[in-house]
Amino acid sequence: MTINQIQDAIIEEFGCFNRWMDKYEYLIDLGKKLPIIEPQYKTEQHLIRGCQSQVWLRAELRNGAVTFTADSDALITKGIIALLVRVLDAQQPMDIAHTELYFIDAIGLQAHLSPTRSNGLLSMVNTLKSIGEKFSKAH
Amino acid sequence: MKPPTTSPTLDVAAIRRQFPILAREVNGNRLVYLDNGATAQKPQPVIDAMAHYYRELNANIHRGVHHLSQQATHAYEQARETVRAYIHAEQAAEVLFTSGTTAGINLVATCWGRKHLKPGDEIILSTMEHHSNIVPWQLICQQQQSRLKILPITHAGELRLDAFQELLSERTRLVAIAHVSNTLGSVNPVARVIELAHAQGALVLLDGAQAMPHMRVDVQALGVDFYAFSGHKMFAPTGVGVLYGKAALLNDMPPYQGGGEMIERVTFDKTTFAELPHKFEAGTPNIVGGIGLGAAIAWFAQFDAEAVTAHEQDLLAYATAQLSALPRVTILGTAPHKVCVISFLLADAHPFDVGTILDQQGVAVRTGHHCTQPLMDFYNISGTVRASFAIYNHRAEVDALVAAVARAANMLA
Repeated sequence: MTINQIQDAIIEEFGCFNRWMDKYEYLIDLGKKLPIIEPQYKTEQHLIRGCQSQVWLRAELRNGAVTFTADSDALITKGIIALLVRVLDAQQPMDIAHTELYFIDAIGLQAHLSPTRSNGLLSMVNTLKSIGEKFSKAH
Repeated sequence: MKPPTTSPTLDVAAIRRQFPILAREVNGNRLVYLDNGATAQKPQPVIDAMAHYYRELNANIHRGVHHLSQQATHAYEQARETVRAYIHAEQAAEVLFTSGTTAGINLVATCWGRKHLKPGDEIILSTMEHHSNIVPWQLICQQQQSRLKILPITHAGELRLDAFQELLSERTRLVAIAHVSNTLGSVNPVARVIELAHAQGALVLLDGAQAMPHMRVDVQALGVDFYAFSGHKMFAPTGVGVLYGKAALLNDMPPYQGGGEMIERVTFDKTTFAELPHKFEAGTPNIVGGIGLGAAIAWFAQFDAEAVTAHEQDLLAYATAQLSALPRVTILGTAPHKVCVISFLLADAHPFDVGTILDQQGVAVRTGHHCTQPLMDFYNISGTVRASFAIYNHRAEVDALVAAVARAANMLA
């Protein structure tokens, strides 16, 4: 599936939730299924620092596509990372670098990506894209 | 015979009606604003005073000969006098307008510290200080080769006065302590701190940011040397605050920033400085902020201080009991003398997750380290959830908080 097909699928899934609780419970569940970064990579090098919740992210280039593993100390943050990883995992570096992540707004999670200092999500999105950029140049 | 004293009570419903923002909805729920430790909401008289200034009075102050400038100057200086009377400073010249508590502490650290701190001198802070009462002292200590000494606290969140007496020595030059802890709500025994410090010949600066919204402070009765606070936490606008300092100390200190307003005479060879308070108020000040602060204090001062305390202590007792009754909630900060600030943890749930779920229910709290990382290290945690109350909060909001926390507990279990 392309990045945008996955984004559209997520928007459709979230469309079923009428109550905020269902949405957040789903996010918390998603977080539990996130491909977790291996402990030896939970280092300063892979840390995206937020004021409150921390995010660890590792990317590898495998056969021309990028594989992500990640973790966070907060469950909701972890759920949002799981969504981002689902959208961008196994995609081409160039596509990752140039994608527009419109699903975040569409499912009402944009507040989590505002430039508050409370979580590392905004910088994580920027990091994801710059990883795509870096790998597409190296490719 | 003395007539029976009736303790006046607050009409909280009437107070709430003066805060337009409290009628707002957030995420489909009536806003429950419990982030007053970060900033308080503004009552209509403050909003009106600020609008009135821009509609009717706006002009630059102190220098203009024209009518508007004189009216604006009068309003601004009237606000200074309101502050003076409220904190009972001896003279208005001891009331310096700043941009907030942080600026006031930096001013003292820089101007007093550069002149008086010598290598080997010591400054005492406590474990529970806000970063803005730590970092300015670290910076000046580095410059002057002086040292910080840390006054420890008990697990309940009280200053250890026994240890304080041991830390005080002839090397102690200044003690900088929070009047009220922003994270724990502890009201520190500042009168005793001042007494002990003065007996040793050390000065005392109090960080009053969290005290002023809850209690009357009399700087002369305390005998405090410097007292810094912010307007926005006491119902005034952001960007304005006060540094009170004893005139003799302020006169002895070199100016902070150079510029207009703070001079008497400038030539390229030599500049002489203006008298207090202007010596420390370079540049065009936050005029509307000062006027807003005056209006906020006039508004707050109309309420009986004991009635305010009684109301807030009732909220504290009720919220503490209700939250403690929830399984898996731990309250941090259990000093016997507290303002209505409650920091808590929900089992091992991340405070960010708890705060996010509370926000979905319209309950605004603060989560994280509250700019007190050394205190978080003391408790060996990364952060807390903090509910901080103000005069306009009521028991129904405690119920909303408790229900929201219970729901978060279910979701995050």
